[in-house]
Amino acid sequence: MASGALLTGTAGWLFVIFSVLALAAAVAVIVARHPVHSALYLLLSFLLVACIFILQQAEFVGAVQILVYAGGIMVLFLFVVMLVNPGTVQTVKSFQNQWDVALLLTPVFLLPFLYILGTEKLPEVPFQPDAFRMVRGHVAGNTEAVSWVLFRDYLLPFEVASVFLLVAMVGAVVLGKRSVEKMD
Amino acid sequence: MTVTINHYLIVSLLLFAIGFLGVLVRRNFLTILMSIELMLNAVNLNLIAFSRRLSNLTGQVFSVFVITIAAGEAAIGLALTISYFRQRKTLDVEQAHTMQG
Repeated sequence: MASGALLTGTAGWLFVIFSVLALAAAVAVIVARHPVHSALYLLLSFLLVACIFILQQAEFVGAVQILVYAGGIMVLFLFVVMLVNPGTVQTVKSFQNQWDVALLLTPVFLLPFLYILGTEKLPEVPFQPDAFRMVRGHVAGNTEAVSWVLFRDYLLPFEVASVFLLVAMVGAVVLGKRSVEKMD
Repeated sequence: MTVTINHYLIVSLLLFAIGFLGVLVRRNFLTILMSIELMLNAVNLNLIAFSRRLSNLTGQVFSVFVITIAAGEAAIGLALTISYFRQRKTLDVEQAHTMQG
C-alpha cells in the first residue's frame, strides 16, 4: 500500500459511494420540511457514516455510532416530535429570511479550510496495518485495543464523561418537567 | 480508487458545512438540533481519518467521547425544545424575540 493511501481498490469505491450518499442524506435533512422526514434522513446519514468508520478499521466506534445515534438519539428525536404534535409544528415558512445570504457566505467561511487542506503537509508515519488491533504485542480485536487506550491513558476523561452524563440527565429532567404548581 | 486523507477531510468539510448551513437557515428548533448532530458527526469523521493516517488509536477514543457529548447535548436540547414548545406553542425560533432590543 502506497504511503498516504488509506483505502485502495474496492474499499476506495465503497468509501466514495458511502460518502456521496451520506452527503445527500445530510442535504435532505436540512431541506425536508417535516421534522420526521428530517429525523429519518439523519438516521440514514448516521448509518452511512458508521459504514465509513467500519471501512476505516474503527469497528468499535462504528458500533457505538449505530447504538448511540440510531438507537438512542434518534428515538429521543422521534419521541419529541410525537410530543409536540407535528400538526401544530408546520410553520408558514421553514427557512429564515436570510437563507440566500447564508448560502453565499458559508463557502467563504470554508475557504481557509480549503487553503490549509491544499498546503499542509502531514508527517510521514510508517503505515502499520495492525495498529488498531495490537494489544501489548499480540493481535487482538479493535474493541480490546480501544479499551486499553481508554482505560489506561484516558481514565480521568472517562470518569468526567460519566459525571457529564449525570449532569445532562438531571438537567434534562429539570428542564422537561412541568412546574410544580401546574401539576396539581 | 485510492483514497487519501484529503478525501476524508473534504467529505468531513462538506458534512460540517451542510450542518452549519442548517443551523443558519432553518427556523424549526428540532431541525437546528439535528444540524448540530451533523456537525459533530463530521468532526468524528475527521478524528477517525487522522487516527488511521497516524496509526494512533487516540483519535478513536476521542470520537467515542464526542459521541458521549452528542448524546448529552441531544438530551438537553430536546428538553429545551419541550419547555420552549410549552411556552410558545410553536417550534419556530423566530418567535423567541422577548429579549429583542
